[in-house]
Amino acid sequence: MPQSAEKIKDHAKLFNEPEYEALFEHKKQFECGHSAEAVAAQAAHINTWEYREKNLAREALTINPAKACQPLGAIFAAVGFEKTLAFNHGSQGCTAYFRSHLARHFKEPCAAVSTSMTEDAAVFGGMQNLIDGLSNAYTVYKPKMIAISTTCIAEVIGDDLTAFIGNAREKGSIPADFPLPQAHTPSFVGSHVTGYDTMIKGVLSNFWDGKERTPNERINIIPGFDGFAVGNNRELKRILDAFGIDYTLISDVSEVFDTPTDGTYRMFDGGTSIEAVSEALHSKATISLQKYCSDKTLELAAATGQETASFHYPLGIGATDELLMKLSALTGKPIPESLEKERGRLVDAMADSSAWLHGKTYSVFGDPDFVYGITRFLLEMGAEPVHLLSTNAGKEWVEEMKALLATSPAGSKAQVWAGKDLWAMRSLLATEPSEFLIGSSYGKYLERDLGIPLIRLTFPIFDRHHHHRFPMWGYAGGLSVLVTILDKILDVLDVETAKTGISYDLVR
Amino acid sequence: MNPEAKAQRRALIADVLAEYPEKTAKKRGKHLNVYEEGNADCGVKSNIKSIPGVMTVRGCAYAGAKGVVWGPIKDMVHVSHGPVGCGQYSWGQRRNYANGVAGVNNWVAMQVTPDFQEKDIVFGGDKKLDKMIDEIEQIFPLNKGISVMSECPVGLIGDDIEAVAKKKSKEIGKVVAPVRCEGFRGVSQSLGHHIANDVMRDHIVDKAADKEFEGTPYDVLIVGDYNIGGDAWASRILIEEMGLRVIGQWSGDASVAEIENGTKAKLNLIHCYRSMNYICRHLEEKYGIPWLEYNFFGPSQIEKSLRAIAEQFDDKIKEGAERVIAKYKPMADAILAKYKPRLQGKRIMLYVGGLRPRHVSDAYGDLGMEVTATGYEFAHADDYQRTTHYIKDGTLVYDDASEFELERFVQAIRPDLVGSGIKEKYGTQKLGVPFRQMHSWDYSGPYHGYDGFAVFARDMDLAINNPVWGLHKAPWKAA
Repeated sequence: MPQSAEKIKDHAKLFNEPEYEALFEHKKQFECGHSAEAVAAQAAHINTWEYREKNLAREALTINPAKACQPLGAIFAAVGFEKTLAFNHGSQGCTAYFRSHLARHFKEPCAAVSTSMTEDAAVFGGMQNLIDGLSNAYTVYKPKMIAISTTCIAEVIGDDLTAFIGNAREKGSIPADFPLPQAHTPSFVGSHVTGYDTMIKGVLSNFWDGKERTPNERINIIPGFDGFAVGNNRELKRILDAFGIDYTLISDVSEVFDTPTDGTYRMFDGGTSIEAVSEALHSKATISLQKYCSDKTLELAAATGQETASFHYPLGIGATDELLMKLSALTGKPIPESLEKERGRLVDAMADSSAWLHGKTYSVFGDPDFVYGITRFLLEMGAEPVHLLSTNAGKEWVEEMKALLATSPAGSKAQVWAGKDLWAMRSLLATEPSEFLIGSSYGKYLERDLGIPLIRLTFPIFDRHHHHRFPMWGYAGGLSVLVTILDKILDVLDVETAKTGISYDLVR
Repeated sequence: MNPEAKAQRRALIADVLAEYPEKTAKKRGKHLNVYEEGNADCGVKSNIKSIPGVMTVRGCAYAGAKGVVWGPIKDMVHVSHGPVGCGQYSWGQRRNYANGVAGVNNWVAMQVTPDFQEKDIVFGGDKKLDKMIDEIEQIFPLNKGISVMSECPVGLIGDDIEAVAKKKSKEIGKVVAPVRCEGFRGVSQSLGHHIANDVMRDHIVDKAADKEFEGTPYDVLIVGDYNIGGDAWASRILIEEMGLRVIGQWSGDASVAEIENGTKAKLNLIHCYRSMNYICRHLEEKYGIPWLEYNFFGPSQIEKSLRAIAEQFDDKIKEGAERVIAKYKPMADAILAKYKPRLQGKRIMLYVGGLRPRHVSDAYGDLGMEVTATGYEFAHADDYQRTTHYIKDGTLVYDDASEFELERFVQAIRPDLVGSGIKEKYGTQKLGVPFRQMHSWDYSGPYHGYDGFAVFARDMDLAINNPVWGLHKAPWKAA
């Protein structure tokens, strides 16, 4: 009997029992699979240079890409505004997927509605769906704003959102002055970072267009699409408060994706207030912490006469220094001593631990700004990047990455891969391995196949909990990234050295 | 249930409906009811378009076709044909376990897509598909076939994936199955199941009807078990132990060869009726193969099902069924002895998909629990008829419930456990109500069979009797 009441085995152990092993063996006769030799030969072949060449030459076939699609980013951006309902005009399945995807990462509910377009809407257009959807969403969920994004169907059939919204207002399904920013976000353009940008721009345009700007001293900050937004945004606000800067975060999900369990379900919580978004037109500057999440939005801000600046996921010493100096330069406020002390603490920790980090090799995949930011920090620790891959990056990013790598001898061996997927990464790592891999949960398949330990530091993280509640940005965030990486290095070392006992040391 | 309590539940429905615009309230009112014992159905309308803007929980045809029916077939490469999103969000999310080497002879937990760009929408994607299939052959030469799972744009831009599939199938000498499961088709995942069944019938099952096969009088197929957390294995072990020969698992841990065995069984055993009844009906009509619904959740239903299956065969199998029941009874009794005292009297609310809103009911019953409210995302009228065999008088029934309705019902009923999906999990827990995901088994399982029942009982206990639920109110707050 494989199972017993005393010691209940679930899937992790149950199927290792001899009864199930026999079942698998017996089942093979019906599977008519390839011979064990053929499977073993192909398994060996996919680790070769020959296979790598074929694999990297793919033109039509994408396998295991590390990117999602626009409306996911649009929803993420939308729910960062106060009492804002994310509203997708298109098929309902898309919205079910976005909600599930974000819930699986944040371990939080994610509210978003759809206009549930079906075959008749595909033929006749989705106007009635949009009108009814707005009326229902407004009545039932009582939001302050409904942020409309689109999915493929609405874009392919060419639904005219502006005209539809006009009709909805005329028919009284939504009040005439109710804010309804819009973003065109088909899945076949860009990725989730583009969708984020499109929605942020849509929201700002909604409140800024046609208004006169009266400049003040406030700073707008766009955090960008970020799986660690809960920890990072809070850290960012702490830094800004330490400065005493007057600021507005443009979309802040740190509350809505981190609500307490206390007997109340908060569908909306926190977020940038509608008033603050309107007021943000008058700010002195808009700065983005993730350049590739804010191309169009920064253009809009610049067009209003604001100063703009952008960063690449600022973590570690140099990137945080630059952020603080920029904030200081824009506001005229000195960098607070408390932050200078934090800087010293991070340098201290890096000095304490560098012997374990120095010369270790890493490969990284993720969104373009993340890969840039983490690579910069790795270089500061004397670590050596090997393969740096971003499925949703382009040529400009490659140039930026190369310039970054050129700043350090540790960067000399690194290869930069834009637009490639994780099956390509598999070939890269099989032929030219690194000791560690940094990325999202999707990297676990590479870890399994190639035995390269994965350090989960970017969205989506489905199979570990709560890391996103801790910051990565700023000096304090750098410390938690350092500890995460170091823990993995030392855990791996302990497992390795325990095999012989030699070097299994109490003090490291 | 006493008439007063039932009236209260009707009043609850009326309260919830009152918060909708009138037109919506009228429509949604047909999907909510209180079950009256003796009625032939649950008194709700079903399989109707969702209402825009209310936050339906439903997915789409692609989710039903790729995510449920085709995706678990392990030795095929399943192409999410269109832009990147659909395949990305469904990648590795249903935990369809399958033996094999990933990327070598098993592609279940992989995301394969042409990643359509704007130019593919403008100029069409057929050429890209053609080329992509060639590349799949190079990169994954041991595949036994390819499925082309259409995403929304494909059906809107006039692509002819059937023609490409036919041409490529001939060229590569393997099945290339075009599945027209664009997300806008139908009203939920359900049409996706149907479309998937039809393509499986046309492109694999019927074509293989002449395949040489050495049969026995005891050959059966397991149909509609997707091996989530190993469910199909925990079921197969019992069916084989009673003396039957399982010649295919549809489609959890399935190979193309097992799908090809479609016309070879003496009896088709179907677990998830909703998602695969179509092909069972076809096999009955065209090949005269009977089919039988069974339920492997909880010892009382397992016993009943084992006997019902055995009833279709000779004494050898009937004895086999009794032998299996006797073998596992001590273990099942020990599970009940361990967990029933901890779970007795607990009230459950369910809101799930295909078969579970009814099928798990007696498993809870075995543990002394009661399903007090239940409903389906994408059921049809026949599901609500079948549900009456399981539920008690006064059960609240909701079809295609919105998140708004569910939250209000949970607040009013305050059940001891809610069983639903990932989108519902965290909001429910915020309310201080225990929750288990009943699609993915909350990353646990199996729940089927005797081995699975032990896990099911353990999991319900660890959810309901989790000490955290005593902590959600701060002690300084008045009760």
